[in-house]
Amino acid sequence: MSAAWLQELRREAAARFEELGYPTTRLEDWRYTNVGALAKTDWVSGEGRHDDVTPADLEHLTFPVFACSLFVFVNGHFAGDLSSPRALAGGVEVTTLSDALRDDPEGLRGRLGGLADSKRRAFAAQNLACFEDGAVVRIPAGVEIEQPIHLVFLSKPGAAPTDSHPRVLVVAESGSRATLIEDYVTFGEGEFFTNAVTEIFLEPNADLEHVRFQRESARGYHVSSLHVRQERDSRLAAHSISLGATLARNDVEATLVGEGAHADLYGLFLGTGRRLVDNHTTLDHAVPHTTSQELYKGILGGRSRGIFHGRVIVRPDAQKTDARQSSKNLLLSSGAEIDTKPQLEIHADDVKCSHGSTIGQLDEDALFYLRSRGIEEEQARALLTRAFASEVTDAIRSDVLRQRVQDQLLEILESE
Amino acid sequence: MAESHSPESLAEREYEYGFTTDVEQETLPPGLDESTVRFISAQKDEPEWLLEWRLKALRRFLELEERETEPTWAMVHYPKIDYQAISYWAAPKQQLVESLDDVDPELLSTYEKLGIPLEEQKRLAGVAVDAVFDSVSVGTTFKAELEKQGILFCSFSDAVQRWPDLIRQYLGSVVPYSDNFFACLNSAVFSDGSFAYIPKGVRCPMELSTYFRINAANTGQFERTLLVADEGAYVSYLEGCTAPMRDENQLHAAVVELVALDDAEIKYSTVQNWYPGDKDGKGGIYNFVTKRGACRGKRSKISWTQVETGSAITWKYPSCILQGDDSVGEFYSVALTANHQQADTGTKMIHLGKNTKSTILSKGISAGFGQNTYRGLVRVQPKAEGARNYSQCDSLLLGDRCGAHTFPYLEVKNSSATVEHEATTSKIGEDQLFYCRQRGISEEDAVSMIVNGFCKEVLRELPMEFAVEAQKLLGVSLEGAVG
Repeated sequence: MSAAWLQELRREAAARFEELGYPTTRLEDWRYTNVGALAKTDWVSGEGRHDDVTPADLEHLTFPVFACSLFVFVNGHFAGDLSSPRALAGGVEVTTLSDALRDDPEGLRGRLGGLADSKRRAFAAQNLACFEDGAVVRIPAGVEIEQPIHLVFLSKPGAAPTDSHPRVLVVAESGSRATLIEDYVTFGEGEFFTNAVTEIFLEPNADLEHVRFQRESARGYHVSSLHVRQERDSRLAAHSISLGATLARNDVEATLVGEGAHADLYGLFLGTGRRLVDNHTTLDHAVPHTTSQELYKGILGGRSRGIFHGRVIVRPDAQKTDARQSSKNLLLSSGAEIDTKPQLEIHADDVKCSHGSTIGQLDEDALFYLRSRGIEEEQARALLTRAFASEVTDAIRSDVLRQRVQDQLLEILESE
Repeated sequence: MAESHSPESLAEREYEYGFTTDVEQETLPPGLDESTVRFISAQKDEPEWLLEWRLKALRRFLELEERETEPTWAMVHYPKIDYQAISYWAAPKQQLVESLDDVDPELLSTYEKLGIPLEEQKRLAGVAVDAVFDSVSVGTTFKAELEKQGILFCSFSDAVQRWPDLIRQYLGSVVPYSDNFFACLNSAVFSDGSFAYIPKGVRCPMELSTYFRINAANTGQFERTLLVADEGAYVSYLEGCTAPMRDENQLHAAVVELVALDDAEIKYSTVQNWYPGDKDGKGGIYNFVTKRGACRGKRSKISWTQVETGSAITWKYPSCILQGDDSVGEFYSVALTANHQQADTGTKMIHLGKNTKSTILSKGISAGFGQNTYRGLVRVQPKAEGARNYSQCDSLLLGDRCGAHTFPYLEVKNSSATVEHEATTSKIGEDQLFYCRQRGISEEDAVSMIVNGFCKEVLRELPMEFAVEAQKLLGVSLEGAVG
């Protein structure tokens, strides 16, 4: 029996989702992304059964991991037998959301649903109303762990279109340091929809690297949002690597509420075939002396469509804010399209804010140089594209993960 | 630092052009329906097709108003406008003069106060002025001289009488009557404006110019400008605006249409200094304007330059439709908001033809409680091979209660396009100020100098006389902005 506050929260969210409905392109935040096909589908809640998934399959799907803790969710349900929750150093706790809600519901009160605004965001409301399970991560004060915490969200579509609503809650206590990977993959064929919400609380001086690595299969719809609240002197590095799904929408929202807080947002998105990848970021500088840096790169081929919408808000009195944003995009084929909207809203005067956005092609001179050295055109293009992406991938701290991202990117580029 | 030069004292700047002129006016009572439109059209003795066009626009406007589709997406806030409380026609009684000698001396002195004495203009080389006072054009200088070259330049109503075919061909061809809420309103009730046609291969020997002034209380001004540059023609057009100080807000909803055919070039410059309201944000002009140019021909070029220092609210997006191959669009803008002024301005560059190029350079300055927004769209359509755009939007903040916002939309549907956008926001450099002060330059002069430097790239696009005026305006508008 779950706590009364939670029941109330989920009831409200369900009502709110009912009221809002799926977003339409009439909304400014969705003007380039039509979720009509998603809205028209009758989704069936995905089952957690996974008899046919072996650890070998899993290893093939993700990557041979570190000596770190692995938590696997199938259609949003925890799969204990596939997970290897090795004891984590320094008392770092990773539990399932359902366990946490059973054992200590009060500990989650005010946190769960505290950042993802389900009043305004339809998908966040839907997730809050429908989440099956998820992960709760607590990194105790002063603890630093080198090995990443690895969460795998496996979509396993059934005969009917399948949806899942995984949810992650992270509390990084003061002075802690860790890396968290959210890995989204697909097992099997069929249509599916993943609607993920992650909320992260960074306490004073906490340092967290968050990587969302999404490479779901071409029949998937992926909607995810990341919401971070940063207290004094905390540091965030959020990576959004979006390589899969037919429609992917990623929202990243960091609110800097403590002086000295710093956020780095990195994004890499790849469009192939007729895919649509939509990235929305918001950096909200709410107090003085906060800084942020943002770099999003898009690679669009085939008849794909990419969207980047980056908002930087500097609240009144948030003096000495330093915010730099950059969006760079490569159009590889004539049918591809990119829509960017870097947006600055500044209400304080003693600030330094800038943004830059470029849209272009591979450098013909560089291509010629490689060709003159005897490198095949296709390979030369793939190399240059990979180099273009490396500015983003190089910022990933873990070597294994960085390598995996780069390899997968090259694999997709070469197969195109 | 002198205390009187605190950021707040910026508010104390005076609006130089806030006098009213006592000229006998003929004014239509407030209200908007078919009879209003019929009255305006009859006053101007317009042909039937134009009346029909106006009525279509009116019906569309009333429909939009009923559906409450007045645009709300811009970052400006104002109380709801009652379109029935506006008078749509105000004209000085004595009108349609053949020579300037017949113009009411009161009126002429108004223009003298504005610094554009029509008499003087005759002697000053180079500028032909069409002055629009409230709704009616009061005199066009140099008309005869221009006609010798085949250049048609006169008030819009005059043009309707004399060259109805040209008007019929081009009116609404760039901004259709149904284009947007305010364009609809303008199409229904537009009073007057300017018209110019530059024939094939003619380079207009002087700068054409219009001065707009709202004088009567409770009136709106709805002028319509149409410029057509035929193949290989060139014209530089200047537009200036002022209004008296009044407590109520006044509406100005203009439409400007430009058409450039093959190899033609139009340079359109605006210095907008409508009354901005007092230091508490009371009164001032609502400047809701639709300006658009069509580069129809190959290698044609349209260049917009604007200096926006006035108006309580500015809502305007001078745009270029780059239809012809190798056509070029440019937008240079300085927008200054002080006190409680709000500006939401920018441009649209629509690339349709091959190898089309566009440049956007926007400088926003916010002071006091001013809110300054750049909103722009660069769209490259699938067939616009080799399209190129470069945009730069810089904002300068003076004072900690103002805001600067940037909303650029880049939509690229062609992979051979290169589009770049850059934007920066910062306050005035302490070290720059210090450097100037240390050289014995007063705080105010230093700010003015730095702001002018910040805007230099735009100001240098203005024709000479205008550049001087614009610099002066910026200086006046910023008096005491930094303390």
